[in-house]
Amino acid sequence: MARTLGAGLALLLALGQAQAGSEAPALVAGQSEISFVSRQMGVPVAGNFRSFDAQVSFDPANPQKGHFLIGVDVASVQLPTDDAMKEVVGPGWFDAAHFARATFQSSAIRALERGRFEVAGRLSIKGRAQDVLVPVFLEQTGALTVASGSLVVRRLAFSIGEGEWTDTSMVADEVQIRFRLVLTGIAPI
Amino acid sequence: MTPSEQSNRYTDVAIALHWLLALALVASFCVGLYMADLKLSPTRVRLFNWHKWAGISILVLSVFRLGWRWAHRPPKAPASMSAVQTRFAHWTHGLLYVLFFLVPIVGWAYSSASGFQVVWFGLIPLPDFVPVDKPLARVLVQVHAALAYTLAAAVALHVAAALKHHFVERDSLLWRMSPLRLHDSMQQKGQ
Repeated sequence: MARTLGAGLALLLALGQAQAGSEAPALVAGQSEISFVSRQMGVPVAGNFRSFDAQVSFDPANPQKGHFLIGVDVASVQLPTDDAMKEVVGPGWFDAAHFARATFQSSAIRALERGRFEVAGRLSIKGRAQDVLVPVFLEQTGALTVASGSLVVRRLAFSIGEGEWTDTSMVADEVQIRFRLVLTGIAPI
Repeated sequence: MTPSEQSNRYTDVAIALHWLLALALVASFCVGLYMADLKLSPTRVRLFNWHKWAGISILVLSVFRLGWRWAHRPPKAPASMSAVQTRFAHWTHGLLYVLFFLVPIVGWAYSSASGFQVVWFGLIPLPDFVPVDKPLARVLVQVHAALAYTLAAAVALHVAAALKHHFVERDSLLWRMSPLRLHDSMQQKGQ
Protein backbone atom coordinates (compact mmCIF):
# COMPACT_ATOMS: atom_id res chain seq x y z
CA MET A 1 0.00 0.00 0.00
CA ALA A 2 2.74 2.41 1.01
CA ARG A 3 4.65 1.26 -2.04
CA THR A 4 1.72 1.94 -4.36
CA LEU A 5 1.19 5.32 -2.73
CA GLY A 6 4.90 6.08 -3.09
CA ALA A 7 4.85 5.09 -6.72
CA GLY A 8 1.74 7.22 -7.26
CA LEU A 9 3.39 10.22 -5.63
CA ALA A 10 6.52 9.69 -7.67
CA LEU A 11 4.41 9.57 -10.80
CA LEU A 12 2.56 12.77 -9.88
CA LEU A 13 5.86 14.41 -9.11
CA ALA A 14 7.23 13.19 -12.41
CA LEU A 15 4.21 14.52 -14.28
CA GLY A 16 4.60 17.85 -12.56
CA GLN A 17 8.23 17.95 -13.52
CA ALA A 18 7.51 16.95 -17.09
CA GLN A 19 5.02 19.83 -17.32
CA ALA A 20 7.47 22.24 -15.79
CA GLY A 21 9.87 21.01 -18.46
CA SER A 22 12.96 22.58 -17.03
CA GLU A 23 13.48 20.28 -14.04
CA ALA A 24 16.73 18.36 -13.89
CA PRO A 25 16.42 14.58 -14.20
CA ALA A 26 16.13 12.85 -10.84
CA LEU A 27 16.49 9.28 -9.66
CA VAL A 28 13.44 7.46 -8.28
CA ALA A 29 15.57 5.52 -5.80
CA GLY A 30 12.75 3.32 -4.50
CA GLN A 31 12.20 1.79 -7.92
CA SER A 32 15.82 1.61 -8.98
CA GLU A 33 18.21 -1.29 -8.50
CA ILE A 34 21.94 -1.78 -8.56
CA SER A 35 22.77 -5.44 -8.12
CA PHE A 36 25.59 -7.82 -8.89
CA VAL A 37 26.33 -11.51 -9.30
CA SER A 38 29.64 -13.04 -8.29
CA ARG A 39 30.59 -16.71 -8.46
CA GLN A 40 31.84 -18.81 -5.56
CA MET A 41 33.12 -22.20 -6.74
CA GLY A 42 30.75 -21.95 -9.70
CA VAL A 43 27.76 -20.89 -7.57
CA PRO A 44 26.17 -17.59 -8.60
CA VAL A 45 25.79 -15.40 -5.51
CA ALA A 46 23.52 -12.40 -5.94
CA GLY A 47 23.78 -9.16 -4.03
CA ASN A 48 22.60 -5.60 -4.30
CA PHE A 49 23.06 -2.12 -2.86
CA ARG A 50 20.25 -0.46 -0.95
CA SER A 51 21.59 3.05 -0.96
CA PHE A 52 22.75 4.92 -4.04
CA ASP A 53 22.10 8.17 -5.83
CA ALA A 54 22.52 9.68 -9.27
CA GLN A 55 23.08 13.07 -10.78
CA VAL A 56 21.96 13.00 -14.35
CA SER A 57 21.74 15.47 -17.15
CA PHE A 58 20.58 13.85 -20.31
CA ASP A 59 18.64 14.81 -23.38
CA PRO A 60 18.04 11.91 -25.79
CA ALA A 61 18.10 14.40 -28.65
CA ASN A 62 21.57 15.46 -27.63
CA PRO A 63 23.10 12.43 -25.90
CA GLN A 64 26.75 13.39 -26.28
CA LYS A 65 26.16 16.35 -23.99
CA GLY A 66 24.70 14.16 -21.27
CA HIS A 67 26.35 13.27 -18.02
CA PHE A 68 25.88 10.58 -15.38
CA LEU A 69 27.35 10.52 -11.90
CA ILE A 70 26.26 7.50 -9.89
CA GLY A 71 27.26 7.12 -6.25
CA VAL A 72 26.84 3.94 -4.22
CA ASP A 73 27.14 3.60 -0.44
CA VAL A 74 29.07 0.34 -0.30
CA ALA A 75 28.05 -0.32 3.32
CA SER A 76 24.46 -0.76 2.09
CA VAL A 77 25.43 -4.00 0.37
CA GLN A 78 23.02 -6.92 0.71
CA LEU A 79 24.14 -10.56 0.43
CA PRO A 80 22.46 -13.88 1.20
CA THR A 81 23.98 -14.29 4.69
CA ASP A 82 24.74 -11.93 7.57
CA ASP A 83 28.27 -13.37 7.75
CA ALA A 84 28.91 -12.48 4.13
CA MET A 85 27.52 -8.95 4.58
CA LYS A 86 29.75 -8.36 7.58
CA GLU A 87 32.78 -9.76 5.78
CA VAL A 88 32.33 -7.86 2.53
CA VAL A 89 32.33 -4.35 4.08
CA GLY A 90 35.56 -5.21 5.91
CA PRO A 91 39.11 -4.14 4.96
CA GLY A 92 39.82 -7.10 2.67
CA TRP A 93 36.78 -6.36 0.51
CA PHE A 94 35.06 -2.97 0.14
CA ASP A 95 36.78 -1.44 3.19
CA ALA A 96 33.71 0.71 3.75
CA ALA A 97 35.34 2.44 6.73
CA HIS A 98 37.88 4.09 4.41
CA PHE A 99 36.12 4.02 1.05
CA ALA A 100 32.45 4.57 1.78
CA ARG A 101 31.43 5.46 -1.77
CA ALA A 102 31.85 3.75 -5.10
CA THR A 103 31.21 6.04 -8.06
CA PHE A 104 30.70 5.95 -11.75
CA GLN A 105 31.39 9.18 -13.61
CA SER A 106 30.60 9.31 -17.31
CA SER A 107 33.02 10.93 -19.72
CA ALA A 108 31.35 10.37 -23.08
CA ILE A 109 27.95 9.15 -24.28
CA ARG A 110 27.46 7.76 -27.74
CA ALA A 111 24.08 6.96 -29.28
CA LEU A 112 23.86 3.53 -30.91
CA GLU A 113 20.55 2.40 -32.39
CA ARG A 114 17.28 3.76 -31.05
CA GLY A 115 17.16 3.70 -27.26
CA ARG A 116 20.67 2.27 -26.96
CA PHE A 117 23.68 4.20 -25.82
CA GLU A 118 27.26 3.49 -24.95
CA VAL A 119 28.45 5.34 -21.92
CA ALA A 120 32.18 5.60 -21.34
CA GLY A 121 33.29 6.52 -17.88
CA ARG A 122 35.38 5.92 -14.84
CA LEU A 123 34.37 3.41 -12.20
CA SER A 124 35.94 4.01 -8.80
CA ILE A 125 35.71 1.45 -6.02
CA LYS A 126 37.89 1.29 -2.93
CA GLY A 127 40.03 4.15 -4.19
CA ARG A 128 40.93 2.27 -7.39
CA ALA A 129 39.63 3.52 -10.72
CA GLN A 130 39.06 1.76 -14.03
CA ASP A 131 37.78 3.08 -17.36
CA VAL A 132 34.71 1.16 -18.43
CA LEU A 133 32.27 1.10 -21.33
CA VAL A 134 28.68 0.62 -20.26
CA PRO A 135 25.91 -0.28 -22.68
CA VAL A 136 22.73 1.47 -21.55
CA PHE A 137 19.22 0.83 -22.77
CA LEU A 138 16.67 3.63 -22.27
CA GLU A 139 12.99 2.91 -22.13
CA GLN A 140 10.13 5.31 -21.56
CA THR A 141 7.12 4.30 -19.45
CA GLY A 142 4.83 7.25 -18.98
CA ALA A 143 6.78 10.07 -17.40
CA LEU A 144 9.49 7.73 -16.19
CA THR A 145 12.62 6.77 -18.06
CA VAL A 146 14.29 3.49 -17.20
CA ALA A 147 18.01 3.21 -17.88
CA SER A 148 19.18 -0.38 -17.65
CA GLY A 149 22.18 -2.45 -18.53
CA SER A 150 24.97 -4.58 -17.17
CA LEU A 151 28.72 -4.74 -17.26
CA VAL A 152 31.37 -7.18 -16.14
CA VAL A 153 34.19 -5.91 -13.94
CA ARG A 154 37.20 -7.68 -12.47
CA ARG A 155 37.06 -7.47 -8.69
CA LEU A 156 40.84 -7.86 -8.29
CA ALA A 157 41.41 -4.68 -10.32
CA PHE A 158 39.76 -2.92 -7.35
CA SER A 159 41.48 -5.08 -4.71
CA ILE A 160 38.13 -6.50 -3.67
CA GLY A 161 38.81 -9.75 -1.86
CA GLU A 162 42.40 -9.58 -0.64
CA GLY A 163 44.73 -12.08 0.98
CA GLU A 164 43.33 -15.61 1.02
CA TRP A 165 40.33 -14.39 -1.00
CA THR A 166 42.40 -13.48 -4.09
CA ASP A 167 42.10 -17.13 -5.16
CA THR A 168 39.83 -16.91 -8.23
CA SER A 169 39.03 -20.64 -8.11
CA MET A 170 37.21 -19.76 -4.89
CA VAL A 171 35.65 -16.41 -5.84
CA ALA A 172 35.74 -15.65 -9.59
CA ASP A 173 37.45 -12.46 -10.70
CA GLU A 174 34.56 -11.47 -12.95
CA VAL A 175 31.58 -9.84 -11.28
CA GLN A 176 28.52 -8.89 -13.25
CA ILE A 177 26.98 -5.57 -12.26
CA ARG A 178 23.38 -4.94 -13.28
CA PHE A 179 21.51 -1.70 -12.97
CA ARG A 180 18.02 -0.43 -13.53
CA LEU A 181 17.77 3.27 -12.82
CA VAL A 182 14.32 4.85 -12.90
CA LEU A 183 14.56 8.53 -13.74
CA THR A 184 12.18 11.44 -13.98
CA GLY A 185 12.62 14.57 -16.01
CA ILE A 186 14.11 13.06 -19.15
CA ALA A 187 12.45 13.99 -22.43
CA PRO A 188 10.81 11.02 -24.19
CA ILE A 189 13.17 9.21 -26.57
CA MET B 1 28.94 -64.84 -8.43
CA THR B 2 25.39 -65.11 -9.67
CA PRO B 3 22.97 -62.59 -8.20
CA SER B 4 20.36 -65.28 -7.80
CA GLU B 5 18.08 -65.79 -4.83
CA GLN B 6 20.00 -68.85 -3.71
CA SER B 7 23.18 -66.79 -3.37
CA ASN B 8 24.19 -65.95 0.18
CA ARG B 9 26.03 -62.87 -1.02
CA TYR B 10 24.91 -59.48 -2.19
CA THR B 11 25.89 -58.73 -5.79
CA ASP B 12 29.30 -57.10 -6.37
CA VAL B 13 27.56 -53.87 -7.41
CA ALA B 14 25.48 -53.84 -4.22
CA ILE B 15 28.61 -54.46 -2.12
CA ALA B 16 30.56 -51.70 -3.90
CA LEU B 17 27.66 -49.24 -3.44
CA HIS B 18 27.25 -50.18 0.21
CA TRP B 19 30.87 -49.43 1.11
CA LEU B 20 31.21 -46.40 -1.13
CA LEU B 21 28.08 -44.86 0.38
CA ALA B 22 29.13 -45.86 3.90
CA LEU B 23 32.35 -43.93 3.39
CA ALA B 24 30.58 -40.95 1.77
CA LEU B 25 27.95 -40.79 4.54
CA VAL B 26 30.45 -40.92 7.40
CA ALA B 27 32.70 -38.34 5.70
CA SER B 28 29.80 -35.99 4.89
CA PHE B 29 28.43 -36.26 8.42
CA CYS B 30 31.83 -35.44 9.97
CA VAL B 31 32.48 -32.55 7.55
CA GLY B 32 28.93 -31.28 8.21
CA LEU B 33 29.53 -31.29 11.96
CA TYR B 34 32.89 -29.57 11.62
CA MET B 35 31.95 -26.88 9.12
CA ALA B 36 28.67 -25.71 10.62
CA ASP B 37 30.21 -23.28 13.11
CA LEU B 38 33.29 -22.22 11.13
CA LYS B 39 33.92 -18.53 10.64
CA LEU B 40 33.54 -17.32 7.05
CA SER B 41 36.74 -18.21 5.19
CA PRO B 42 37.74 -19.91 1.93
CA THR B 43 37.96 -23.15 3.94
CA ARG B 44 34.36 -22.78 5.06
CA VAL B 45 33.15 -22.07 1.50
CA ARG B 46 35.18 -25.00 0.17
CA LEU B 47 33.87 -27.44 2.82
CA PHE B 48 30.27 -26.31 2.31
CA ASN B 49 30.54 -26.89 -1.43
CA TRP B 50 32.26 -30.27 -1.03
CA HIS B 51 29.58 -31.27 1.49
CA LYS B 52 26.84 -30.30 -0.98
CA TRP B 53 28.55 -32.15 -3.85
CA ALA B 54 28.91 -35.24 -1.66
CA GLY B 55 25.28 -34.98 -0.56
CA ILE B 56 23.97 -34.81 -4.12
CA SER B 57 26.27 -37.71 -5.09
CA ILE B 58 24.83 -39.72 -2.16
CA LEU B 59 21.32 -38.89 -3.35
CA VAL B 60 22.03 -39.95 -6.95
CA LEU B 61 23.87 -43.14 -5.93
CA SER B 62 21.08 -44.00 -3.48
CA VAL B 63 18.48 -43.73 -6.24
CA PHE B 64 20.59 -46.08 -8.38
CA ARG B 65 21.18 -48.35 -5.39
CA LEU B 66 17.47 -48.63 -4.61
CA GLY B 67 16.79 -49.48 -8.27
CA TRP B 68 19.55 -52.08 -8.17
CA ARG B 69 18.15 -53.56 -4.95
CA TRP B 70 14.73 -53.79 -6.56
CA ALA B 71 16.16 -55.56 -9.63
CA HIS B 72 18.56 -57.77 -7.62
CA ARG B 73 16.85 -58.91 -4.44
CA PRO B 74 19.14 -59.13 -1.41
CA PRO B 75 19.93 -62.60 -0.05
CA LYS B 76 17.35 -64.01 2.33
CA ALA B 77 17.86 -63.58 6.06
CA PRO B 78 19.46 -66.61 7.74
CA ALA B 79 16.92 -69.14 9.02
CA SER B 80 18.37 -68.68 12.50
CA MET B 81 16.88 -65.16 12.67
CA SER B 82 13.54 -64.80 14.44
CA ALA B 83 10.57 -63.16 12.73
CA VAL B 84 10.89 -60.19 15.11
CA GLN B 85 14.60 -59.82 14.33
CA THR B 86 13.92 -59.99 10.58
CA ARG B 87 11.17 -57.39 10.81
CA PHE B 88 13.38 -55.12 12.90
CA ALA B 89 16.20 -55.43 10.35
CA HIS B 90 13.74 -54.72 7.57
CA TRP B 91 12.47 -51.54 9.24
CA THR B 92 15.98 -50.31 10.01
CA HIS B 93 16.97 -50.77 6.36
CA GLY B 94 13.79 -48.95 5.33
CA LEU B 95 14.58 -46.04 7.66
CA LEU B 96 18.16 -45.87 6.34
CA TYR B 97 16.92 -45.65 2.75
CA VAL B 98 14.33 -42.97 3.56
CA LEU B 99 17.09 -40.90 5.20
CA PHE B 100 19.53 -41.46 2.30
CA PHE B 101 17.03 -39.45 0.26
CA LEU B 102 15.63 -37.03 2.84
CA VAL B 103 18.88 -35.74 4.35
CA PRO B 104 20.38 -34.58 1.02
CA ILE B 105 17.05 -33.25 -0.31
CA VAL B 106 16.46 -31.12 2.80
CA GLY B 107 20.11 -29.98 2.69
CA TRP B 108 19.65 -28.97 -0.95
CA ALA B 109 16.46 -27.08 -0.05
CA TYR B 110 18.31 -25.35 2.81
CA SER B 111 21.02 -24.19 0.41
CA SER B 112 18.45 -22.84 -2.05
CA ALA B 113 16.45 -21.11 0.69
CA SER B 114 19.68 -19.48 1.91
CA GLY B 115 20.27 -17.98 -1.54
CA PHE B 116 22.97 -20.41 -2.67
CA GLN B 117 22.09 -22.53 -5.64
CA VAL B 118 23.71 -25.98 -5.56
CA VAL B 119 26.13 -26.39 -8.49
CA TRP B 120 27.18 -30.04 -8.50
CA PHE B 121 30.99 -30.26 -8.67
CA GLY B 122 30.95 -26.57 -9.60
CA LEU B 123 29.72 -27.57 -13.06
CA ILE B 124 26.09 -28.67 -13.04
CA PRO B 125 23.63 -26.09 -11.66
CA LEU B 126 20.74 -27.82 -9.91
CA PRO B 127 17.28 -26.23 -9.81
CA ASP B 128 16.17 -24.35 -6.70
CA PHE B 129 12.91 -26.04 -5.72
CA VAL B 130 12.31 -23.65 -2.81
CA PRO B 131 12.50 -19.84 -2.99
CA VAL B 132 15.14 -17.73 -1.25
CA ASP B 133 13.55 -17.32 2.18
CA LYS B 134 15.67 -16.74 5.30
CA PRO B 135 13.07 -17.85 7.93
CA LEU B 136 12.48 -21.01 5.87
CA ALA B 137 16.26 -21.57 5.67
CA ARG B 138 16.51 -21.36 9.47
CA VAL B 139 13.89 -24.10 9.79
CA LEU B 140 15.40 -26.26 7.05
CA VAL B 141 18.88 -26.26 8.59
CA GLN B 142 17.38 -27.55 11.85
CA VAL B 143 15.45 -30.25 9.98
CA HIS B 144 18.57 -31.19 7.98
CA ALA B 145 20.60 -31.53 11.19
CA ALA B 146 17.90 -33.49 13.02
CA LEU B 147 17.55 -35.91 10.09
CA ALA B 148 21.33 -36.27 9.83
CA TYR B 149 21.53 -37.17 13.55
CA THR B 150 18.69 -39.65 13.04
CA LEU B 151 20.63 -41.17 10.13
CA ALA B 152 23.76 -41.36 12.29
CA ALA B 153 21.73 -43.17 14.97
CA ALA B 154 20.28 -45.56 12.40
CA VAL B 155 23.77 -46.25 11.02
CA ALA B 156 25.03 -46.91 14.56
CA LEU B 157 22.15 -49.33 15.10
CA HIS B 158 22.92 -51.03 11.77
CA VAL B 159 26.61 -51.40 12.66
CA ALA B 160 25.77 -52.68 16.17
CA ALA B 161 23.39 -55.25 14.71
CA ALA B 162 26.00 -56.40 12.18
CA LEU B 163 28.59 -56.80 14.95
CA LYS B 164 26.10 -58.68 17.12
CA HIS B 165 25.47 -61.10 14.23
CA HIS B 166 29.19 -61.58 13.77
CA PHE B 167 30.44 -61.84 17.33
CA VAL B 168 27.42 -62.94 19.35
CA GLU B 169 25.34 -65.04 17.00
CA ARG B 170 28.34 -65.99 14.84
CA ASP B 171 26.01 -66.51 11.88
CA SER B 172 28.52 -65.19 9.27
CA LEU B 173 25.92 -62.66 8.08
CA LEU B 174 28.66 -60.06 7.64
CA TRP B 175 30.28 -62.02 4.82
CA ARG B 176 27.28 -61.36 2.60
CA MET B 177 28.39 -57.73 2.38
CA SER B 178 32.13 -58.26 2.59
CA PRO B 179 34.29 -56.89 -0.19
CA LEU B 180 36.52 -59.93 0.44
CA ARG B 181 35.58 -63.28 -1.00
CA LEU B 182 37.91 -65.18 1.30
CA HIS B 183 35.10 -66.70 3.29
CA ASP B 184 33.29 -67.98 0.22
CA SER B 185 36.35 -69.67 -1.18
CA MET B 186 37.12 -71.16 2.24
CA GLN B 187 33.57 -72.43 2.47
CA GLN B 188 33.81 -73.95 -0.99
CA LYS B 189 37.08 -75.69 -0.10
CA GLY B 190 35.58 -77.05 3.07
CA GLN B 191 32.58 -78.52 1.26
